[in-house]
Amino acid sequence: MTTENKPQEGQERIGVYVCHCGSNIAGMVDVEHVAKWAGEELKDRGVVVARDYKFMCSSLGQELIENDIKELGLTRVLVAACSPHLHEQTFRTASARAGLNPYLTELVSIREQVSWVHTDKQAATAKSKAVISGGVERVIHHEPLEPLVVPIHEATLVVGGGIAGIQAALELADAGYPVYMVEREPSIGGHMAQFDKTFPTLDCAACILTPRMVSVGMHPNIKLFTWSEVTKVDGYVGNFTVTIRKKARYVNEELCTGCGICQEKCPKKVIDEIYEAGLGYRKAVYTPFPQAVPKFPVIDRPNCTYFQKGTCKACEKFCPTNAIDFTQEDEYITVEVGNIILATGYDLFDARRVTQYGYGRLANVFTSIEFERLSNAAGPTNGEIVLRDGVTKPDAVGIIHCVGSRDRNFNNYCSVICCMQGLKFAHLVHERTGATVYNFYIDMRTAYKAYDEFYQRVLEEGTLFVRGKVAEVTDAARLPGEEGKLIIQVEDTLAGIQRRIPVDMVILSAGLEPRRDAKEVAKLFGISCSADGWFIEKHPKLDPVATMTEGIFIAGCVQGPKDIPSSVAQGAAASARVLGRIRQGHIELEPVRASVDEAKCSGCRICNNLCPFNAIIFHEDRMVTEINPALCQGCGTCVAACPAGAISGTVFSNEQIFAQIDGLLGLTLEHAFS
Amino acid sequence: MTENFEPVIIGFTCNWCSYRAADLAGTARVKYPPNIRLIRLMCSGRLDPTFVLKALASGADGVLITGCHPGECHYLEQNYKALRRFLLLRRTLVQMGIEPDRVRLVWASAAEGVRLAEEITKMVEAVRQLGPLNWPKWQQTNGHGEHAHIEAEEVSA
Ligand SMILES: Cc1cc2nc3c(=O)[nH]c(=O)nc-3n(C[C@H](O)[C@H](O)[C@H](O)COP(=O)(O)OP(=O)(O)OC[C@H]3O[C@@H](n4cnc5c(N)ncnc54)[C@H](O)[C@@H]3O)c2cc1C
Ligand code: SF4
Ligand code: SF4
Ligand code: FES
Repeated sequence: MTTENKPQEGQERIGVYVCHCGSNIAGMVDVEHVAKWAGEELKDRGVVVARDYKFMCSSLGQELIENDIKELGLTRVLVAACSPHLHEQTFRTASARAGLNPYLTELVSIREQVSWVHTDKQAATAKSKAVISGGVERVIHHEPLEPLVVPIHEATLVVGGGIAGIQAALELADAGYPVYMVEREPSIGGHMAQFDKTFPTLDCAACILTPRMVSVGMHPNIKLFTWSEVTKVDGYVGNFTVTIRKKARYVNEELCTGCGICQEKCPKKVIDEIYEAGLGYRKAVYTPFPQAVPKFPVIDRPNCTYFQKGTCKACEKFCPTNAIDFTQEDEYITVEVGNIILATGYDLFDARRVTQYGYGRLANVFTSIEFERLSNAAGPTNGEIVLRDGVTKPDAVGIIHCVGSRDRNFNNYCSVICCMQGLKFAHLVHERTGATVYNFYIDMRTAYKAYDEFYQRVLEEGTLFVRGKVAEVTDAARLPGEEGKLIIQVEDTLAGIQRRIPVDMVILSAGLEPRRDAKEVAKLFGISCSADGWFIEKHPKLDPVATMTEGIFIAGCVQGPKDIPSSVAQGAAASARVLGRIRQGHIELEPVRASVDEAKCSGCRICNNLCPFNAIIFHEDRMVTEINPALCQGCGTCVAACPAGAISGTVFSNEQIFAQIDGLLGLTLEHAFS
Repeated sequence: MTENFEPVIIGFTCNWCSYRAADLAGTARVKYPPNIRLIRLMCSGRLDPTFVLKALASGADGVLITGCHPGECHYLEQNYKALRRFLLLRRTLVQMGIEPDRVRLVWASAAEGVRLAEEITKMVEAVRQLGPLNWPKWQQTNGHGEHAHIEAEEVSA
């Protein structure tokens, strides 16, 4: 359906394009009727052509627009289709190809905001007309604009030195670009450094991780800040200024050789809650594990006898290079970077919250991370799988899946790795102790390469599988044979019976959760978290490592639970995105900016304190305000505040909004929408 | 007030959270009444109270202002400024005899499509109960300026 009108003197020549989106829009909106209506009713508003088309975003659909621009001399284009967040760029580019300034094209949504959310075809059709009328009025007031070109700084900041961050940093550094990596703990490595074996191949975690960590530590293009945190982020894509707090280590990195004598001599033993998950000890001066990168220890000030009581200094006495320095203070370092990759990972779900499973109350209930340390040859028991007493080998072990995951009381989502991790544990227990192993699962999820084969292998090894959600773990024996055991009470949903299964050890496959400080970190970097707390990607399918904030990327478990291969893939993907940017040398930003008309500015200074980016400057000499376009982000808050109407904002000007209100309410039309 | 009065509500969204919430409501096929028509701003901080007055004076029965949750504004803190303006505006509206329920402020994150749809539904119902605003007519019968359109634009921010 096409309607063409004669252009009128002194008016814009507007083309209106209404998309069917297959049946996505056309199923709920009478698209042909809407296009016809636009051609007739909006004629007086300057619409010279109105068309509907199956798929406006297809190359044929775009060609329709391009031809009309060329042949009918369109000066404005309005497309009514999907969300501007999806295809605004597509249609702007199409206009630009035909020689029309891209900012003279507007996309209004009649899919996400009309056909997909409404159920009455007549009302949806009427609303589509209103939306189009609003769009037409608005686009009349659009101005031709040029994108802002900003240079991209070559350096990148990677926050978090787990496997995802390590991969991202190495890709960028190997490509020849500088990287700053900031890690909160004394060493990089993240969770993977705690594991013994990794599913599904059972290769040793340290064997594959350590070389990567060493590469990061030695890479000439990577500057590593461990025991450090980002405290401030200024600027915008291409030009971030980041402040890093390098916490005092009390060890001079220039002098320390990493010999480890200080750790040997330090008299103060501390339970290691992080790396050893509370199962082992470290000293007050420590590196979390022998392969730590960097090799320099830190002094844990709150636990150091010298810092607390004023005497000791054993480490200082024995250090052969005089590297201990109790006078060290926190340093604040600023770096300039063009892009930022966040790879801060996850925290383990606190299994204490599921009180009926007894973690923290029943000694021989372990968390998954505790079991990783127990089974690790370099762990507190040298890899012996034993009960909390440190000697007894279990005869029977129960592994409970989905602890805190897929559970309305805690987290609704699936933590992805727990099934495979439960299978890995079953294999390790079986291999090392010969104990009977039970896996209690709701559903067995072993998608991805070689995972189901691993499941089959564990099945063949003789591990027993009970389908059902465990109700309780208790030490209250009721039946013969339960004495001194942990009893797992479960409804076996396959057999349709209640069972009580006595075991010696219970391992809880606790889920993955966003970092406790995820919200604060998101805020610091200006990105958002989902309702669950994971960082939100720009698009769940097509743009999984970018965020809504230009220049900020995410990789690994910060984005949601995932295994090591996926974390590595995202680390590499994020760096590929950054590399693309760096190689381009610059980025084009939306010219959404505010500016002051000096002639109108009364110098009242009302706007002066409103800008969080310090873009507003006041000239005392001339008593007028000016906006620095390089700093302005275009929020428009100052525009709304100026009582003199001296500030205007491109893309969202007063005229545009007023006109859109008129159009949406049908003020500019003769007939009401129907 | 007629039996089948269908209110018209103008909704302002910010580009980063609440517009995306509206997109998500669509993608997830969450349903809400068709009485709302949205205008996209970059940030709730862009909301000039004049926009609200203009919409009401031009025939809208209600205005819904939406933005990112406090602390989550893409421009850091501009939604706090929107909140301040909203509170002030509501007082002014009350003084003008407009029911405060006709202008609402709702925070919706990009993940809260369902919540936004619920808030829209609630608001449409509330305004339906209040009946048509008819501000332009009401003003004329009160002997104020002849053209509501101009009247609204004179109200400073
Ligand atoms: C018990 C268990 C067993 C598992 N076994 C396997 C397995 O066998 N195979 C497999 O494929 N996957 C396994 N996984 C999953 C695996 O742990 C993850 O896929 C992987 O570790 C994710 O890496 P990451 O870099 O995203 O996060 P992390 O490993 O969590 O690393 C994040 C890093 O960022 C640092 N950090 C956090 N916040 C900040 C901050 N604000 N500033 C600076 N630094 C910060 C942290 O200290 C950490 O070093 C297992 C998980 C669990 C719980
Ligand atoms: S608010 Fe307007 S008039 Fe006042 S200083 Fe800022 S630009 Fe000038
Ligand atoms: S539009 Fe926003 S970012 Fe730009 S100068 Fe005004 S307050 Fe600052
Ligand atoms: S960007 Fe959403 S309220 Fe500011």
